[in-house]
Amino acid sequence: MDAQAGPGGPAAGPAGPAAAGARPRGLRRYQWLATLGAASRTRRGAVGLALTGIVVLTAVIGPFVTPYSATASLTVPFAKPTGEFLLGGDNLGRDVLSRVLEGGWLLLLMAAAATAFGIIVGGAAGVSAAYLRGRVDGLIMRTVDVILAFPQLVFALLLVSIIGPKLWLIVIAVGFSHAPAVARVLRSATLDVSERDFVKSVELQGVAPARIMTREILPNLVSPLMVEIGLRLTYSIVVIAGLSFLGFGEQPPAPNWGTMINENRIGLSVNPWGVIVPAALIALLTIGMNTFTDAIARVAIGVERPPEEAALIDDIGVRERAAQA
Amino acid sequence: MSRPPEVGPPPGAVPDAGGPLGSGPAAGLPGGPAAGLTRGPGAGAAGPFADVGLVRLEVSDLEIRLANAPADVVSEVSFEVRSGEVLGLVGESGSGKTTVALALLGHARRGLVITSGVVRLDGVDLLHLSAAELLAVRGSKVAYVPQDPAAALNPALRVGVQLREALQVHRGVVGDVGDRVAEVLAEASLDTSPDLLRRYPHQLSGGQQQRVVLAMAFACRPSLIVLDEPTTGLDVTTQRHILDTVRSLCSSYGVAAVYVSHDLAVVAGLVAEVAVMYAGRIIELGTTPQVFGSPVHPYTRGLLAAVPSPERAEVLAGIEGQPPRPGRRPQGCSFAPRCSYAIDACLPAPPPPALIGSRLVRCIRTAEIQAAEPKRAQVIAAAAGSPAPVLSVRDLAASYGPSPVLSGIELAVAPESCLAVVGESGSGKTTLARCIVGLHKDWNGEVFFDGVPLAAGARKRPKAVLRRIQYIFQNPYTSLNPRKTVGQIVSQQLEHFTGLSFAERSARVIGALREVSLGPDFAARFPDQLSGGERQRVAIARALVVEPDLLVCDEVTSALDVSVQAVIVELLRQLQRERHLAMIFITHNLALVRSIAQTAVVLSEGRIVEAGLVGDVLEHPKDPYTARLMEDVPKLAVGAQAG
Repeated sequence: MDAQAGPGGPAAGPAGPAAAGARPRGLRRYQWLATLGAASRTRRGAVGLALTGIVVLTAVIGPFVTPYSATASLTVPFAKPTGEFLLGGDNLGRDVLSRVLEGGWLLLLMAAAATAFGIIVGGAAGVSAAYLRGRVDGLIMRTVDVILAFPQLVFALLLVSIIGPKLWLIVIAVGFSHAPAVARVLRSATLDVSERDFVKSVELQGVAPARIMTREILPNLVSPLMVEIGLRLTYSIVVIAGLSFLGFGEQPPAPNWGTMINENRIGLSVNPWGVIVPAALIALLTIGMNTFTDAIARVAIGVERPPEEAALIDDIGVRERAAQA
Repeated sequence: MSRPPEVGPPPGAVPDAGGPLGSGPAAGLPGGPAAGLTRGPGAGAAGPFADVGLVRLEVSDLEIRLANAPADVVSEVSFEVRSGEVLGLVGESGSGKTTVALALLGHARRGLVITSGVVRLDGVDLLHLSAAELLAVRGSKVAYVPQDPAAALNPALRVGVQLREALQVHRGVVGDVGDRVAEVLAEASLDTSPDLLRRYPHQLSGGQQQRVVLAMAFACRPSLIVLDEPTTGLDVTTQRHILDTVRSLCSSYGVAAVYVSHDLAVVAGLVAEVAVMYAGRIIELGTTPQVFGSPVHPYTRGLLAAVPSPERAEVLAGIEGQPPRPGRRPQGCSFAPRCSYAIDACLPAPPPPALIGSRLVRCIRTAEIQAAEPKRAQVIAAAAGSPAPVLSVRDLAASYGPSPVLSGIELAVAPESCLAVVGESGSGKTTLARCIVGLHKDWNGEVFFDGVPLAAGARKRPKAVLRRIQYIFQNPYTSLNPRKTVGQIVSQQLEHFTGLSFAERSARVIGALREVSLGPDFAARFPDQLSGGERQRVAIARALVVEPDLLVCDEVTSALDVSVQAVIVELLRQLQRERHLAMIFITHNLALVRSIAQTAVVLSEGRIVEAGLVGDVLEHPKDPYTARLMEDVPKLAVGAQAG
């Protein structure tokens, strides 16, 4: 969009600069950046971000720093940790550390792709259902109800067992299973926004509905969208790791945290690290993501105005409501 | 509509407490300017209040600060209220009047702290009570009536339960709870039948709800009642009835009251004394005839000039700018940046309170200001438009689902003229506007624009028509997209309706902003960085940037302060004249009509009850409904009486 940032001279109008004009503009342009920034400055957000960061760094940098090949048998099965093999060996005598370092990136990538797919499909459905109303709303929301009737994991398993364990299929199946919940949340958020006068004012110009939804409504849905992204990312990780555990993910001998837990659980009493480390990484990631999302949600709700301003603005607020009535 | 009969005294029956203007024994007051912020009771013997009751409420040097920043929200606030009297606390949004009102109950809102001062009620300092003692005092000794009765009543409880609640909490204050409930209902001019007690709040009209809240406040026979803009959301007629009730309750039972309002006209007929607040300080405090008859502080003068009158066609003069926020207040007089009398001497320190007659004014230039007579320019009546109307409506009927809202509407808007559509809430005036612009599709009849019939919905109308009819929404807080800059908001229409280049659009946007007196730097701001008045200017710029022929303004000032309303109305009037626009100005405020419109129609329950030239409609109303509306408009008549 075009931003007519005029010459930044002193206000020519009789009304002096608005009281809130001192707010940094760079942050305000992109609301999602501002919200992320504010969330990461809260204690809750910082903890979540740190936990998530540890796991993401392990997964991303890991493949470049593996001490050994992740697929070669180098020691005895379920070897105890030694100076040579820091986390010991797995069920086929492969280095657990190397497999842990190598086994995360694909999981994260698939989770991100599945989340993106789910948010786009669900978001488009929810926003159009709420804005277009009538038959479109009925059709979309009844479809959503039907899909919601299937448990998420069962839905993904169903598709994978019919078509086969293809990675793209897992991404689509998991993503698609998110769509109904996302649609629900964004539908209710859109219902609120689309009743406001600024949407009516654009409707009065005869602007096409698709354009109104993307240009006018979507920017006002940033907060619920970010919360949904965080939440769905967490679920995607759990479901995809779960599918790998059940054998419907990456196929052996490729290393994968979900698969590793399954392969090594028989040797839990001999070398537990083959199960504990990948399980702990998945746990840390989900807890971290969840905590950070929670922080975003809290900031998004409380972001309206700092309390000292709110105290002075109250009397305007009531008149505003009275005027609306 | 079942409105109970009114028992209050007639509107003219305010005890005229004030003496002749400016003749008070100024020098004889104890203390002198520094200590004289509160007029000591000693002066009362010779002063105008000799025959009124005791001092019930005494506030001195109240100071309230932000909890987490070194900024004062309210400071040096002192006043007294005697029993049976009402004090008006007046100021724009953000002046601190509600903060002071809440402090009278010993309460500070989140983020605020009462740092010093005394709030003495019947000899007890409320600010030094423990939490338990405060609980006992609130409701029984001090009662609060909030702005919005619909929000103040619990929607899930019957009215009777809520009325009994206060009496049951404060046991022993009155004798029998049931008797007292019946009594207080009668006092608040409500129906005393048990049927009313069984109803839920949503089953009552707005006026009845506010009466129930008043009854709750008066239930325990408090010494002080604090009313925080209790009539803001109500129609003029209901408002007048509520004001009558408040007045009679206070004088009959010797209750002291503090009435908070942004509208001087509302308090004019009600209060004995007025305290005008600006930026957290009382800048003028005096009896009603003094303040209304010959205001001294430039801010008071500005507020009074902003009040529209149905009797005179005047150019409304508002006060440009907005009050400074806590922490951003100038070192000297906080009104100086907006004041036309400001000189360098105003800037170094806040002006000390000066006594003029028996009133207090915080201004160092009172002598010069008093010498300058305030003048109001008359609106020069525009010549009647040419015969072919821009817009004509014939036999329009509209409904929401099965319920009819409008019927038999006939009107015409001449080119380059302004038609006012007046009516109370629920009269169908907003629906009429929405039918014309194409937001409401469920109507029958004919609407011609430039001789061409208009389709029902905006989507069915040609693009050129959509551009030529522009609509300005009532509430500037919801009509601007909060995620877009002002520049984007204003240029959006240009982008849609014209094939102009980015550079040309930018130039037009800056031009449109300049026309509504906003600088080019506003283009980069977001709506939440603007005040209500600035937002409404942006909405006007958005409508004007595509050069429309007809502008439909729907209650565009009802969400704004009176001082800002005057500025916006004057702006619209000028723009309409300069750009040769036809305009439909919808309002519930009859007083505004004179300043802006040439013709008017009056709507009541979906029908036009009166139509004609503004002067004829307002001066010689033929319909009893119009006559009643005119009568109920709050007027600044007190000043005229005293002068």
